[in-house]
Amino acid sequence: MTKSILLVGVGGQGTILASKILTNGLMEAGYDVKMSEIHGMSQRGGSVSSQVRYGEKVMSPVIEKGQADIIVSFEKMEALRALDYLKPDGTIVVNTVEIPSMSVITGDEVYPEDVLQEIEKHAKTVAVDATALARELGNEKAANIILLGTIIKAMGLTQIDWDAILEANIKPRFLELNKKALQVGIEAVA
Amino acid sequence: MKKLMTGDEAIARGAYEAGVSYASAYPGTPSTEILENLSTYKEIYAEWAPNEKVAMESAIGASVAGLRSMVSMKHVGMNVAADPMFTWAYMGVNGGNVIVTADEPGMFSSQNEQDNRNYAKAANIAMLEPSDSQECIDMMKAAFELGEQYDTPFIIRMTTRVCHSKSIVELKERADVQPKEWSKNPAKYVCLPAIARKLKVRLMERMEQLAAYSETSPFNRVEMGSGRTGVIASGICYYYAKEVFGEEASYLKLGFTNPLPAGLIKDFCSKMDKVYVLEENDPYIEEFVRQQGCECIGKDLFPSTGELTPDVIRECVTGKAAETIAFDRSRLISRAPAFCAGCPHRGLFYRLGKRKDIMISGDIGCYTLAAGKPYQAMDSTVCMGASISLGAGAQRAFNMIGEKRRVVTVLGDSTFFHTGINSLINTVYNKTNTVNIILDNRITGMTGHQDNPGTGYTAKGDETTAIVIEDLVRAIGVKHVFVINPNDLKEVDETLDKCLAITDEPSVIITRWPCALKKFSKEDKAEFDSLFVTRNKVVEEDCIGCRACLKAGCPAMSYNAETKKVSINGAQCVGCDVCTQICPKKAIVKED
Repeated sequence: MTKSILLVGVGGQGTILASKILTNGLMEAGYDVKMSEIHGMSQRGGSVSSQVRYGEKVMSPVIEKGQADIIVSFEKMEALRALDYLKPDGTIVVNTVEIPSMSVITGDEVYPEDVLQEIEKHAKTVAVDATALARELGNEKAANIILLGTIIKAMGLTQIDWDAILEANIKPRFLELNKKALQVGIEAVA
Repeated sequence: MKKLMTGDEAIARGAYEAGVSYASAYPGTPSTEILENLSTYKEIYAEWAPNEKVAMESAIGASVAGLRSMVSMKHVGMNVAADPMFTWAYMGVNGGNVIVTADEPGMFSSQNEQDNRNYAKAANIAMLEPSDSQECIDMMKAAFELGEQYDTPFIIRMTTRVCHSKSIVELKERADVQPKEWSKNPAKYVCLPAIARKLKVRLMERMEQLAAYSETSPFNRVEMGSGRTGVIASGICYYYAKEVFGEEASYLKLGFTNPLPAGLIKDFCSKMDKVYVLEENDPYIEEFVRQQGCECIGKDLFPSTGELTPDVIRECVTGKAAETIAFDRSRLISRAPAFCAGCPHRGLFYRLGKRKDIMISGDIGCYTLAAGKPYQAMDSTVCMGASISLGAGAQRAFNMIGEKRRVVTVLGDSTFFHTGINSLINTVYNKTNTVNIILDNRITGMTGHQDNPGTGYTAKGDETTAIVIEDLVRAIGVKHVFVINPNDLKEVDETLDKCLAITDEPSVIITRWPCALKKFSKEDKAEFDSLFVTRNKVVEEDCIGCRACLKAGCPAMSYNAETKKVSINGAQCVGCDVCTQICPKKAIVKED
C-alpha cells in the first residue's frame, strides 16, 4: 500500500532539505519512493509543497486530494490551505509559526486568529512550536528537522537509521544539532 | 548504484552515460537544472547561451563537427529556437543530437501552456516522452544511438512533473564514444533551395522508416490487464492512469511518440471495449488514434488545460469529486510570491507605479511580480524581450493617435541579452521615444541564479569577459543613458523625470544593484561597497502608524494592529533603505 506524505510551507523554510532526507531514508530502507516539488515563481515568498510517496511500487508522484496520510505544515496558514489533501482520518502536524503574506503586510487581508482551532475542529492535529523548540536547541533553522522527526514518529519509521542518513546529507558542523532536533521532533508526537 | 534523481538530473545523467560532450541552454523553469547538472560533469562542456536559438545553433555546430551534443529549454524557448530546428531536421546529424523541451501543463512558472509535441510533428523530428527519471536516462541513451543510426536529431519532451519529480534510478558507466569525422558535405549541411528539396524527400523517407521502428520500439509497450478497458498514455499520464485504473485495465504506454505506432494502436484498440486516451494539453495522441479509425474517449471527457493528475482523472471518469475535509474557507488568506527583502526591483517599481500618465511594458522575470499589489506597475507581459519592442509599437501608436501617454519599458539584464537587444536596435533605428529600463541585478534571478553574459562568469564557473550593458547600449546608438542605484528613490524619480522630458529620442536607464539572494562575486563586493551589511529598525516612539512604508511591499515589515506600530524582522532585513526614505517621520533608522 502506497503511503503519502505532504510537506507544505513558505518558500525558504527548508521543506526541500527535510523531504530530501526523508526520501533518502525511505530508499535506504528498501521502499520504492517518488517525490514531487513545484519550484519556480513560488520560491519568492509564496506557498511551497513537497509530495512524498512510498511503498512497494509507487505509480503517481502526486498526491490526490483527500489522500495524504499525513500533512506536515511548516506554517499555520499553509496547514489550513493544505487540508483538502488530508485523508479524513489522517494526521496534520502544524508548526504554529505565523508568517504574514504580502496581502497581510500591505493591509489588504487580515491573518485570522483562530486558524489552529479551525484545523483542530476538523482533523487529528499535532501542534508543535518547532521554531521555539529549535531556538532552545540553539538554532531556529533546525525547525525543519524537528518537523521531519514528527513525520518519522507518526508514520512509524523510527526503525530506519536516520542518524546515518543525516550524516550523509548535513554538513558536519550542523550534524549534532540536527540529530538532537530529529529526536525532539520524534518525542513531540505521542 | 541506486540514487533518487529528479527528471532534470536524470536527463543530465543520461547525457553523461550516453557520451555527450557538448551542451548548451538558456535557463527556464522547469528545464534549468538540466544544464546546471550537466555542468557538474567534467567530461561535458556545458554553456549558458544568451537565448535558445543561439543554444540550438551551437549544439547543431557541435554535432556537425562530430560530437554528441544537446540543448535544453523550457517549452516557450522552443519558439525562439524553432527557426534553426526546422531546417536542422532536414540536415540530419553527424554526432547525435538531442533537443530537450520542458513543457508546463498547469503553468506554474510560465506565460502559456503550449504543447511542444506539435513541434516534433511539424518539424518531422523523432520524439521520446519519458514517464520517470529512469526513463529519462534510458531515452537519452536511445536517442543518441537511434539518432545516429537514422540520421536525425531527437526531441525529448518532458513536463514539469517529470522534470521536478524524484524517482529511483540505476547509475551506469559513461559510454566511450569517439568523435565522428567531419568532412566537407554541402549536400547535407548547406540548405540552399536546390539541396533542401532533396533533403526534404529524404526527411519524409526517414519518417517512414521511423514509423516502422516505432511499432517495435521497447518504449511503446502493451500491458494487458484482466478487463477490456484500455488506456493509452504517454509521459507522467501513464503513472497517473495506473494510479486510477489499477491492474484491471490494459495499457498502451507510448514513449516513442513521433512518429506514433499506427499498427500497435489499431491492434490495441481492437482488443478493448473502451479506450481512454490520457494526455495533458492537446489531443496529440487522440487525434492520431481517431485518424486510424479507432473510437476513444479523450478531450470530450478530460480537460485540455491544467494537469491531468489522478484526482482530476478520477473525477472525470466517476463524475464525483474526491472526498475532502470540509472547513471554513473564509479563514484562508492568499500567499502570492513577492519581491524578497532587499530586492533591487522594489525601489524602482515603488516609484514607477505612482506615475499615472505612462504605460509600462513589462517582460519575463522576477520583476513581472510588479504587476500585482502593492505596485501595480506593469501593463503588459508577453514573452522574453518583448517589453522594448511591444513598448515601441505602443508608443508609436499613441503618438499617431495624438495621445500624450509615454511608454516605459522594463526588463532584466539576462532578458536584455536574450532578445531585448534586437528590440532596442529597432527602437533606435526607428527613432521611437520610449524610456527603456534595464534592471541589472547582476544575475539571472527568477530561475535561481544562473550566470549570463553580463556577470563575468560561465556556466562552469570560469571567469570571462563581462559584457557592459551601458557600453553596449551606447554602441547601439542610444544617446541618453543613465546608470542608477534603484534603492535611491530620489535618483529614481529624477532620472525618470529627465528621461520623460526627452520627447524625440529613446533613453535607457540601467538600475544596477545585485539580487539580494545572489552569491556575491568578488567583483560585486568591490563595486557595491555597502552591500547588504546593515539592518534597519523602527524607533517605536517615532512611528505614527501611518503604514506608508508598507506600500513598498517588503516581507521583512509587519504592522501590529494593537500597538499601531510597524516593526522590521531583523532576520530578513538587509538594510536596502527603501523604507527609510518613505517614512515621513524618519522613524526608521540603522541598527547599531
